[in-house]
Amino acid sequence: MTSISFNLNGKPVSLPGGDDRTLLWVLRTDAGLTGPKYGCGEGRCGACTVLVDGQPVRSCAYPLSGVAGKRVLTIEGLAKNGTLHPLQQAFIDHGAFQCGYCTSSMLLTAYALLQETPHPTRDDMISRLNNNLCRCGAHLRILDAIEAVSKPMGARS
Amino acid sequence: MTQLRQASRRDLFKFAGAGVVIFFGLKGLADAQAQERRPPYPSDFHAYLAVGENGRVTVFSGKIEMGQGVLTSQAQMAAEELGVALSSVDMVLGDTERCPWDMGTFGSLTTRMFGPYLRAAAAKARSVLLGLAAKRLNVPADMLTVKDGVVFVIGDPARSVTYAALAKEARVTEAVDEQAVLRRPAAFTVMGRSPKRLDGVEKVTGEAKYAADIRLPNMLYARVLRAPAHGAVLTRLDTAAAEKLPGVIVIKHEDLTAVLHPDPEGAASALSKVVAAWRKAPSSLNQETIFAHLLSAATDVRAIEARGNATSKPVRTFETTYHKGYVAHAPIEPHAALAEVRNGRATVWASTQTPFPTRSAVAKALGFEEKAVRVITPFVGGGFGGKSASLQAIEAARLSQITGRPVQVAWTRAEEFFYDTFDPAAVVTIRSGLDARDRISHWDYVVYAAGPRGASLFYDIPNVRVRSAGGLAYEGEAANESLHLFGTGPWRAPGANMNVFAIESQIDTMAAAAGQDPVAFRLQHLTDERMRRVLQACAGAFGWKPARAPSGGGVAVALSIDAGTYVATMAEVKVDRSKGLVQPTRITCALDMGVVVNPDGARMQTEGCLTMGLGYTLAEELKFDGGEILDTNFGSYQLPRFSWVPPIETVFVKNDTLAPQGCGEPAITTTGAVLANAVFDATGARLLRLPMTPERVLAALAAKGRQASAGAA
Repeated sequence: MTSISFNLNGKPVSLPGGDDRTLLWVLRTDAGLTGPKYGCGEGRCGACTVLVDGQPVRSCAYPLSGVAGKRVLTIEGLAKNGTLHPLQQAFIDHGAFQCGYCTSSMLLTAYALLQETPHPTRDDMISRLNNNLCRCGAHLRILDAIEAVSKPMGARS
Repeated sequence: MTQLRQASRRDLFKFAGAGVVIFFGLKGLADAQAQERRPPYPSDFHAYLAVGENGRVTVFSGKIEMGQGVLTSQAQMAAEELGVALSSVDMVLGDTERCPWDMGTFGSLTTRMFGPYLRAAAAKARSVLLGLAAKRLNVPADMLTVKDGVVFVIGDPARSVTYAALAKEARVTEAVDEQAVLRRPAAFTVMGRSPKRLDGVEKVTGEAKYAADIRLPNMLYARVLRAPAHGAVLTRLDTAAAEKLPGVIVIKHEDLTAVLHPDPEGAASALSKVVAAWRKAPSSLNQETIFAHLLSAATDVRAIEARGNATSKPVRTFETTYHKGYVAHAPIEPHAALAEVRNGRATVWASTQTPFPTRSAVAKALGFEEKAVRVITPFVGGGFGGKSASLQAIEAARLSQITGRPVQVAWTRAEEFFYDTFDPAAVVTIRSGLDARDRISHWDYVVYAAGPRGASLFYDIPNVRVRSAGGLAYEGEAANESLHLFGTGPWRAPGANMNVFAIESQIDTMAAAAGQDPVAFRLQHLTDERMRRVLQACAGAFGWKPARAPSGGGVAVALSIDAGTYVATMAEVKVDRSKGLVQPTRITCALDMGVVVNPDGARMQTEGCLTMGLGYTLAEELKFDGGEILDTNFGSYQLPRFSWVPPIETVFVKNDTLAPQGCGEPAITTTGAVLANAVFDATGARLLRLPMTPERVLAALAAKGRQASAGAA
């Protein structure tokens, strides 16, 4: 059986499969990382979002072979040494989640946005997040949390 | 009482070591819920609250956390009454083996109906612990007070003893059999505050586990063969190709055909190799023809309210029919369960709003006694009523029983859309009237298929008749079973969204006809002081400027009473007249929910309600062809998105003399009406059907244009 080698949350891994397996299910089963969620299976809701070389991808519609030699970041890799990333803390401080099921995708999509655009406008955020679905209605607070953290992150970079 | 104590001691053996354990009789709670027209609880009870030797307090609640924040608010209630810090409370939710029986998490009942019992139990625990401390410190109990789990003598804080120390030595059981003295709102230190949610760290780190995240050694992932349409009959089945795939197990048992594999994609791939033919049941019903069917088939008519003579003739008559389609719950987490059936016992981790009824259903399906089944509810990824039914748990349990291995059943999005128990399509007809002084004199109202919630009037009208036809098919009214081709069930404030849309649209129509400001017109018909205060608070916060509609400003109001909470919502919209798009630009919602346990949590629920409400108001309507559900994913069925959500302001009207009322549903009930009224105020076009899709808005604008030109001619 073929296997695909890549960097997963900072560590080199080699997981079995190739074109025949989907990134989401390899992460959730073989890698034991259940932060990325199944929501629709067609890349429409965004609950499965992970970052591949810093870019958000819909892992439910992304072949394992696509990450060969690349860096994959899941929500499990966002906190460092037990310290929450400022975005994670801001989500807590602003109550930017309810059921939590879409939260990892919102955080990773926002993180990728801030890496590219440290000071996004509200419209920037909306256009970047508009295809990530939240059914509980935490939208306004998610935007507030990203807004709150964008300045300190920009200042650091 | 004797029986209660005996059983208490027996149950106590569940807890190793010493500690204070509070039991409470559920009779009172059963009475309270019976008032909600629910089946009564069994005469059974369990441990509810335990103070451990380490001073930590464990609260056991049959309620579940699906985003609504009751993990935190229940902990606040217990901490407040017990006199401990919130950080010393551990919550165990929705575990049928450890928590008191509960019918389910729905109806905005957790705080409103269960909260008083949780608070009473905690208050009783506090009184028991103070009694122990009084003996220990050799002072009368009324000289003692408690803060953060430390009991001390008033005026002499050095003389103290901790709950932990008391729990270490004592082995006490107490039953809550009397009215405990609850702390007053003015004295609150934990309730009435907005601590950060207790599930925060887990949910932002991906550590929070949902049913599909649970893993057991040797587990199998199952995919179940589904009919292409409700009512379809299987005519041919060939699983030979699937059976040849390595690692695949095919199960054919009664009505259940499933393929199982150690990898979820292996199971999906095997299912694609199953060949099945079906005969569909013929039906001409779809999302357009359903309304005529409902009107003719909903034959049982129930009186809800009547006074005066509603059928007499008013001076001016307004007859209107309102429509709304089926709406999906569409939580982002589809139904999922993992079941392990072994040695005559079943353990099921399920995404469910009803762990105890699910336990009963699983036990029945397996031929087990209920005590042999344990349902554990991890975090639930949204419910909104849709996870009241838990078919997936039964499927997982049956497949585990057959295979002897742990089995996960996690529905695909298409399965979620197929087996959802939808908010029913509904029709409301209203014949109302004004008298010579432009006061509402008549109100004759029938709701078909949505049920009566929210249909009762809080306006002062002399001649009233309110009826409900077709009830709620899912409440076991046999006459209604043939109404729908697929499952219907409770959807966030069941029925009230439709009823409030119709009522408040009709009130607005008459206000406009009377040439009066919509707020002033409502106030003229309101003597309920609570509602007057809420409406005036909303108008103040919104900056309401009195004007006759349509003012062109696109502003409107809608009122509702739901789950004991009074709601006034005002909204402003922009209508794109060329595209028919409605964009809300701001919403203000004022609520009187009695004591607010967690203000920020209540704001989150209100924002969530109004945001979710944008969906049924502007876009969400299930498309179907007979029993075939045509919406299978979020491509054709659109949920509210970031770009739809306007700024939302939530205002609480202080009412600390009233115990906490419902919060998870009330605000959503006003969304359809307030936006329909705002579209009218913006354009003069009245939308009578939800959702207000661009096509329907354009059609209403065109009809309005034709009326205007006919009027001019």
